[in-house]
Amino acid sequence: MPANIKMRAKLNDGVTEIKAIMSHPMETGRRKDDHDRLIPPHFIQLVNVSLNGRVALEAQWGTGVSKNPYLTFYLTNAQVGDIVKLTWYDNLGNSESQEIAVVQG
Amino acid sequence: MLLQPLQLLAMAWNRSAFDADKVKEASNELGISEEVSSQEIHIIAPKQAENGAIVQVEISSGIPNTQQITVLVENNPTVLIAHFVLHDGVKPEVVTRIKMAETSDIKVVVKAGSQYFTCSQQVSVLENGCG
Repeated sequence: MPANIKMRAKLNDGVTEIKAIMSHPMETGRRKDDHDRLIPPHFIQLVNVSLNGRVALEAQWGTGVSKNPYLTFYLTNAQVGDIVKLTWYDNLGNSESQEIAVVQG
Repeated sequence: MLLQPLQLLAMAWNRSAFDADKVKEASNELGISEEVSSQEIHIIAPKQAENGAIVQVEISSGIPNTQQITVLVENNPTVLIAHFVLHDGVKPEVVTRIKMAETSDIKVVVKAGSQYFTCSQQVSVLENGCG
């Protein structure tokens, strides 16, 4: 199965830029399908990012985050080879994780 | 099941805050109070968005000890979009993409120490993005 989270972590001048795109419908529960039936809400609620196993960034999201969520943030304490792991949890009990190593940018 | 995944997380999803349809109500649920307007919070978002389904927003804070960044859209059906908690080593800067139902202010609230700071920017939306 292809990874449902695309991630990269690039270190430049002491700052590591983390970019992630998560495949997810982020349904609000207010949209209707072709048969005029409401599409149930289906969205990521929690995102947790760790650096070498220590929590770095925690996020709570609502339905207002766009489909296939995009996130960029920056770490000041990462080294080349450090492991960045992102995990999301959605409202239906699904979760996905991805981990990558920091590379020189 | 003895252990649900969510119980392993330090942070639980704040349902009442995300259900809120008013900024004041969502803010109360998040414990935000007496937020002070600050020019040290920078919001980069388009003045005008063709499609409200995808509006890229870059937020940074120059306030020392920024620990939380909260993003709200005043005119969305539910106003709270995202709430970020930053731990050691995370720069107070995030970029994400959000939905906007109509022209609205994007309101950002930053927590630093025990104080809250805020800044807003309006985005004109030409096509509804909430569906």
